[in-house]
This record gives sequence, structure tokens and C-alpha cells, in this order.
Amino acid sequence: MKDIKNDFPILNKSNITYLDSGATTQKPQQVIDAMNKYYEEDNANPHRGAYKLSLRATEVYEHAREVVSKFINASMPEEIVFTRNTSESLNLIAYSYGLNNIQEGDKIVISIMEHHSNLVPWQYVSKKKNAELEYMYIDENGTIPLEEIKKKIVPGVKIVGIGQVSNVLGTINPVKEIVKRAHEVGAIAVVDGAQSVPHMKVDVQDIDADFLVFSGHKMLAPLGIGVLYGKKELLDKMPPFLFGGDMIEYVYEQETTFAPVPAKFEAGTQNVEGAVGLEAAINYLNEIGMENVQKIEENIIKYALEELTKLDFITVYGPREIEKKAGVISFNVNGVHPHDVASVLDNNNVCIRSGNHCAQPLLKYMNLESTCRASFYIYNTKEDVDKLIDALKKTHEIFKRWIQ
Amino acid sequence: MKLFLNQIKMDNLNDIYTDVIMEHSTATYNKHKLECATNSEHGHNPSCGDDITIEIKMNGEVIEDVAFTGHGCAISQASTSIMIDLLKGKTKEEAIELINIFLKMMKREKVTEDELERIEEANALKNISNMPARIKCAELAWYTMESLLKK
Repeated sequence: MKDIKNDFPILNKSNITYLDSGATTQKPQQVIDAMNKYYEEDNANPHRGAYKLSLRATEVYEHAREVVSKFINASMPEEIVFTRNTSESLNLIAYSYGLNNIQEGDKIVISIMEHHSNLVPWQYVSKKKNAELEYMYIDENGTIPLEEIKKKIVPGVKIVGIGQVSNVLGTINPVKEIVKRAHEVGAIAVVDGAQSVPHMKVDVQDIDADFLVFSGHKMLAPLGIGVLYGKKELLDKMPPFLFGGDMIEYVYEQETTFAPVPAKFEAGTQNVEGAVGLEAAINYLNEIGMENVQKIEENIIKYALEELTKLDFITVYGPREIEKKAGVISFNVNGVHPHDVASVLDNNNVCIRSGNHCAQPLLKYMNLESTCRASFYIYNTKEDVDKLIDALKKTHEIFKRWIQ
Repeated sequence: MKLFLNQIKMDNLNDIYTDVIMEHSTATYNKHKLECATNSEHGHNPSCGDDITIEIKMNGEVIEDVAFTGHGCAISQASTSIMIDLLKGKTKEEAIELINIFLKMMKREKVTEDELERIEEANALKNISNMPARIKCAELAWYTMESLLKK
């Protein structure tokens, strides 16, 4: 197997141990080169000009859509809408589908594990429409019991929102079962794939998700490019989210007709550079193979869990079974605040996240104020885990005489 | 910018987690509800979750008593406790002056020796001004107190 780390200039130029890929990943040379090439050879405003260069920019942009569509096995490229990120994709669904389909007294069900971006938009929709927002809660293992799914997703529920992988606990949720249950009671299912699509093979038709969203920057692509997958028949019926250039068909002084999907949802000049980068990132991942990506990460996570649980001053949160966990490990150094841990780790060139991870309701439910989070990707190695463990030992050394 | 990054690197953690800071961060004598508080203010850093409530008992223009409740990192807790020690017994006007000196110090603006002397133990937090990611932890209590006094 090739040395993956070699492809990442930022990891080669510095001696950092980067364990915050759940926040954003580093970018391989191949992605950086693809974006440079776009600006050196193909840049123009897509869908606008009649000249060759603009046509080329259009082709490049639409080709990226096809590549994304195949990557998650959508039935056609028109089901892929480019956005800025997962949050924008979820806002689009909440504003365009949610506000137009939720009626007073309807229920929206999400899990307590949701990132704020799959939570706050649904709070807004339920307040605006006098609907109820209900939560599926987790057990002590950090997973949603099947009985909880059955108990909460009942007739009257119209939208179910679920993260495929928790960004705090790393829990892999049974999305297929949740989507099936949602459909049985007449609800549509919105799957947040921000923490799953980068790490495992995701097939939207197999899951039967009505919507699935993710961000490019968490899977080697640049910042500012996100994806909304939606079933064509749903997207067709939905009104536009943003209005403006390139999303229209005819505009009269008082009336406008809109372009078909996906253009209907892509107002204004789009982030072609981002789409090009995302295509290059997908090509990079496909070359490794998503099954291998998953295997590489499983090995690292397994090793990290083993090493972390050897330290008696550490508490690890979330599932311990490797088949139920992806990408992310949350933990605390007992008696030391995560920000202080992160500062000491930073001093040892180890980058981790500390805080509430944009999931305040989950932390409150677990009676926690904040945690440390190490998140991993294909470029991480066992040596990175060793450096984390060493730095944690140093942290404990500094603070132990003060721990009460 | 490059210079700034170098400065952070040169920092030794022992200059940050000093005995003064660690003692205050684990001390509890300023951390409680205040009986007969005349006013209170809540402050938090949404991105990191540091969350404190400062209660104050004024006697005319004099700060007779101050206490806090809440949670946060060692730096935020220590900074709150140090500030309370400093401001107890001062007049409102003096307190605002001292808060301004502290905030100036954290912004790495010019502070005179006399001014540094006036903020006593809060000097111990000076090195945190070299850690951009942690400045807000140190400042939280002081900004919260400032808006409490200006209420």
C-alpha cells in the first residue's frame, strides 16, 4: 500500500499530528493540483457564455456532479445539488421542504446526537409551523435502541432527521432501519452524511434516503463545497431556496418560472473550483477504495481505543465495539478541562478538538460540559496515536497534583 | 503573522499553568452563590462552553462582595477567582479602571509598570496573551464584570 501521508503537503511540511479530521481534513496534492489546473486552463462562468472556455467550465462543473452522483449511487446527476456545506444543504431542506410540508400538530423526529446543523433548522421549522420536535435518545453505550426508534417514529411524524455517524461519539446509526421506519409511518428521512460519506461506502438507493447531505471539506475536498442529494420527485416539487441568476427559466416584471433541478437550487455563480476539488477528492478516495478507507480507519480506531483505555486517568465516551464506531473518539482526562488538555497537546504538536462539538443537547443529555475529541482519517497512522498517548501522559503529569 | 506564531511556540507551558493560576483554578472560596446579591451577570463563550455567573453585592459605590458559579477551563476559572480577589472592596470606578488595565494587557497594548502593579495577581495571566486560542478564556470574567458594573 502506498504511503498516503506523502500525498499531503501540510502533513509533510510540518511535524504536526493532525487528529481533527472530523472538523476538516487536510488536502492531498492531487486535489490542490486539480484546482490549480482549473484556474490555469478552464476558468470561466459556467452556464453563461457561448464561447468555448465557458462551455469547458460548464462541462467541468457538470462532470463533477456526475462523479458525485456515482460516488453515492444516486439514480441520476440531477439529484445532486451543490451547496456550500452540510449546514446549507440542511437549511435548504428545512426552508424549502420543511416549511412547505409541515403543518400544525405534525411531528419532526431527530436524534439527541445531531449536530446543531441538523437540529437548529428543525427547531425553526417546528416553531414556525407549530409542529412538535421530538428526540430519539441514546442508551449508556451511546447508541439508539431499536425500541426507541419504534417508540418515537410513529404516525403523525412527517420528517425524520438522523446523522449516519455521530460527530461526538462516532456511533454508526442504523440509518437503513430508521429510514424504513420513517417510510412506514409516512415520513420522509433526511440523512446527515457529513461524518459517514468520507469514511465508508454510502449508497443512497440502498439506504433509501429521501435526502442525504455532506460536506466536501471533510473528505479531502476544499472548503465551501457541499452536497445535497434529494430524490428527483421530491426536488421537483420543492420551491427554490435562494433566488437569482441561473436558477430561472423566464423572468417577467411580476412573475418568474424556474429552471429544472438541480439549477433551480443553485442561484448565482457557483463554486466550480470547489466542485473540481471534490471530484478530485472522490477520485483519490476511489483509487484507495472506500472498503480500504474503512479498513484503514478501523485499524487506527481500534488501536487508539486500546491505547486510550490503558490510561487510568482517561474516560472514553461512546460505543466500544469497532463495528458500531467510525472516525471519532471522544474522551476526557479526568479532572482536567478539555481546553487545557488541548493546549498541552498543541504544545506537543498534537491537534485535537475540545469543546461541545456543536452538539450541546447531546452533551447536556450525557451530563457533560465538554470533551476532547480525536478524529482520524486515511493519512493517520499508529505513530499518530502513540504521539497522542504520549502527549496525554504529559498532560496528566502537569495537572495531576491539582486534580481533585 | 510569522513573528506572532513564533512567539506562541516559544511559550513554555510552565509559564501558563503556573502555581498561582492552578491554585486559583482549583480554589473554591470565591465560587458559590452570593446571599443578598444586588445584581448578577451571566457570561459565556459559546464556542468552547465556558459559562459563568457573577453575583455582586454593592454598598453604595463600593463592591462589598463578589462570587461566581459556573464551569470552564483552568484559565477561565483562575481568571475569575483572581479578578474577584482584586475587585472586592474597590469602588465601581476603580474596578472599571482595573478591568481596563487587564483587558489592555491581554490585547498586548502598552501597559505601564504602575498599572501592572495595580492589578496584582492578575499579572499572572499576562502570558496567556501569547495564546490566541485561550485569550477569551482569560477575558470572560472581566468582560462579564464590566457589563455587570455598567448595568
